[in-house]
Amino acid sequence: MSTENANAAGDFAFTKESAQLAKAEIAKYPKGREASAVMPILMIAQRQNDGWLPQDAMEQVADMVGLAPIRVYEVASFYTMYNLQPVGKNHVQVCTNIACMLKGSDEVVKVCKKRLGIKFGETSTDGNFTLSEVECLGACVNAPMMQINDDFYEDLDGKTTEAVLGALAKGETPAPGPQSGRKGCEPADGLTTLGKSKPKTTSKKGKG
Amino acid sequence: MLADKDRIFTNIYGLKDTSLKGAKANGVWDGVDKILKKGRDGIIDEMKTSNLRGRGGAGFPTGMKWSFMPKEESERPHYLVINADEGEPGTCKDREILRNEAHRLIEGALIASFAMGAHVAYIYVRGEFLREAQALQLAIDEAYEAGLIGKNACKSGWDFDCYVHLGAGAYICGEESALIESLEGKKGQPRMKPPFPANCGLYGCPTTVNNVESIAVVGEILRRGGAWFAGLGRENNCGTKLFCISGHVNNPCTVEEEMGIPLKELLEKHCGGVTGGWDNLLAVIPGGSSVPVMTKSTCDNVLMDFDSLKEVRSGLGTAAVIVMDKSTDIVRAITRLSSFYMHESCGQCTPCREGTGWMSRMMHRIYEGTASVDEIDLLEEVTRQVEGHTICALGDAAAWPIQGLIRSFRPEMEAKILAQAGKSSATPTEHDDAA
Repeated sequence: MSTENANAAGDFAFTKESAQLAKAEIAKYPKGREASAVMPILMIAQRQNDGWLPQDAMEQVADMVGLAPIRVYEVASFYTMYNLQPVGKNHVQVCTNIACMLKGSDEVVKVCKKRLGIKFGETSTDGNFTLSEVECLGACVNAPMMQINDDFYEDLDGKTTEAVLGALAKGETPAPGPQSGRKGCEPADGLTTLGKSKPKTTSKKGKG
Repeated sequence: MLADKDRIFTNIYGLKDTSLKGAKANGVWDGVDKILKKGRDGIIDEMKTSNLRGRGGAGFPTGMKWSFMPKEESERPHYLVINADEGEPGTCKDREILRNEAHRLIEGALIASFAMGAHVAYIYVRGEFLREAQALQLAIDEAYEAGLIGKNACKSGWDFDCYVHLGAGAYICGEESALIESLEGKKGQPRMKPPFPANCGLYGCPTTVNNVESIAVVGEILRRGGAWFAGLGRENNCGTKLFCISGHVNNPCTVEEEMGIPLKELLEKHCGGVTGGWDNLLAVIPGGSSVPVMTKSTCDNVLMDFDSLKEVRSGLGTAAVIVMDKSTDIVRAITRLSSFYMHESCGQCTPCREGTGWMSRMMHRIYEGTASVDEIDLLEEVTRQVEGHTICALGDAAAWPIQGLIRSFRPEMEAKILAQAGKSSATPTEHDDAA
């Protein structure tokens, strides 16, 4: 299925479920301000359509929210999360911004490229993976990290990156979040606030 | 060090129950009906007493911002818009509030909306934070069900609705007027000011845009009193603040501390110190990618608050502390940031649209060593032509890190160029004077 064919065919149609979700989005905004729902509804369409937006989906969204199609194309091309071309089943998005770079995103990128056999912006021939380089995703104390579809995989290194991609290739869903064993953004060596556990190695490492 | 009893975000790590039940056990939603009985002016006065300055980066006094909203409601409804479009590189504090302390945010949203005469609040969450938005929506549903928000919220007689709006990946939507444009269903391109949002914001109606953290602390400030908050930190730099410390520390983490904590203490108490020890420190970006980098000698004594960091020509920004030890290629780090700003420029103003590209390309040439030494001065000149010449602050944000680099690390930039010139010594003439 090429992009052109999918666009020309005009075979996108909102499912009943998607249409209902879209209606709920429109209801969040005052009467006459339906246009406010354009972004969430584009995302609903994209989700329904295997992660990308064909032109006729955008046109139907335009109808739904009372905008000229050009206004919807503008929105869809302005925001990076709308994919205007088909993407793989697993969209691997690696952050290479400063915090991730300092903590080893080079290694994560290297492993991704090697394991998936593709470069940034490419999709594997089996359609299973698309690899993208992205800007800061706001998980900097858990750097380096990547987002795959809706989930963040954090505190990565080469080995854990390999493990996450390996599991996905087998059709499994690896547990999201930090891959280092910590729960979230707390200090890995133990809490320094809000509780009993004291940092074990602060002074030694700090002065090291 | 701040005592646990003075911490607001007691479940910031999500180690305790994050549901309504758990939040209530932590004191959230406690006495909100009494707070609302203070009335609009009473709440705003208390917020002014607290000296809370906005936590989104600019540091504008929150109470004063609220007081700019019209006192009487006209036919144009008032709106509160909460900026959860967290995207400043290095910053990840609002994410933790959304997923672990959502009830504090919703509580604050009700109080702030009431104080500004708004019946509706929109929380604009960056699109990538889908899981966080889902956690927030769950909390909102709980609050509706418990009668804390919705019709007659907390039995106050005030009707209040709270909606989550997901973005779709655009850093610029963190700028308040771009966020409003985006919320209206358009490209996120900043508006000219004036008119300011308090007069003409969302749908042309009076609107206040506040950061997640600014709103999430409101309930606790009003429960304990503005004087309590004002008593923490330093004059004009009051209260507590979430710091997110990333990069070359032993334990990167997010932690709530007192404003004005010395940077060194922050890193050593909570983050296990700089990797390889304090003397291995090269530089710190103290407030997210948009503020200038500080060298170690500045870091030795600097305090972490708005005015202290301004004095050393940097800024507190979002309090996202990016630590770089001596293994860092600082030129590469800032080059990466210049690519970021080029990517995120919305394209509306020529100096930014063209300038971020120029700056990024020149930074890449310097990093690769293919520039000439005098191009560093040219680059500095380009940053001056972008800075202050755009509708929003993205142009400034793109210019400042480079200015900071040139100010503090010019020898490192020259070294890249000279090293490359040494390699291709067939044509050394261009670099003769510098060599």
